[in-house]
Amino acid sequence: MSIEILYFAGLREALGVDRETVSPPAEVATIGALRDWLVIHGGRAALASARNLRCAVNQEMCGFDATVQAGDEVAFFPPVTGG
Amino acid sequence: MATIRVQREDFDVGQELAALGDGGQVGALASFVGLVRGNDADGAIAGMELEHYPGMTEKSLKAIVAAAAGRWRILDALVIHRFGPLRPGERIVLVAVSSAHRGDAFAACEYIMDRLKTDAPFWKKETTAEGRRWVDARASDEAAAARWLD
Repeated sequence: MSIEILYFAGLREALGVDRETVSPPAEVATIGALRDWLVIHGGRAALASARNLRCAVNQEMCGFDATVQAGDEVAFFPPVTGG
Repeated sequence: MATIRVQREDFDVGQELAALGDGGQVGALASFVGLVRGNDADGAIAGMELEHYPGMTEKSLKAIVAAAAGRWRILDALVIHRFGPLRPGERIVLVAVSSAHRGDAFAACEYIMDRLKTDAPFWKKETTAEGRRWVDARASDEAAAARWLD
């Protein structure tokens, strides 16, 4: 399955990448599992150490228990600071 | 109903409010303008860079305004939020709400702004004498947004 991942702000800088397309195995079914898979198999250690990491699936904020499937757009980022 | 604009350029508050108040139905127009502060607890700020998540930003602002329209009797709403480089004193955000009476306009405007602070995907990076740093989210903003939970 192919998933588009986007990173923003301090997390983007820590990782040195703003987006990537990954194809994790089918058992990676939640955002939390995807994060763990990216840390272990994708070398994205900053995802494990980030304080208060936030996420979104298909441009909507979600929890780490949210499901993920092929074709989804997933984003990881720090708490927002607009306004 | 409702206009959402995410842009680099500045905006003219008077012109925007005049347009929102047009039409004869409006009895109240409440607005909030957020500016870049020239300092924070750690000292002077020379400027900042605002990053956002194109697509999700507009989607989240639309959802916040729709939620406000579900809670209060409002006629129209406008949210303009800038991104890119900004200097102290510059406008960052305008939230404006029109309604027949002031209570709905005040409440909806505050609600939109409070939820924008915690839900809209913007990130500020400040430049200070010590260098550049990402701004930390504030617990007081979380508390302000939580007030509106049912």
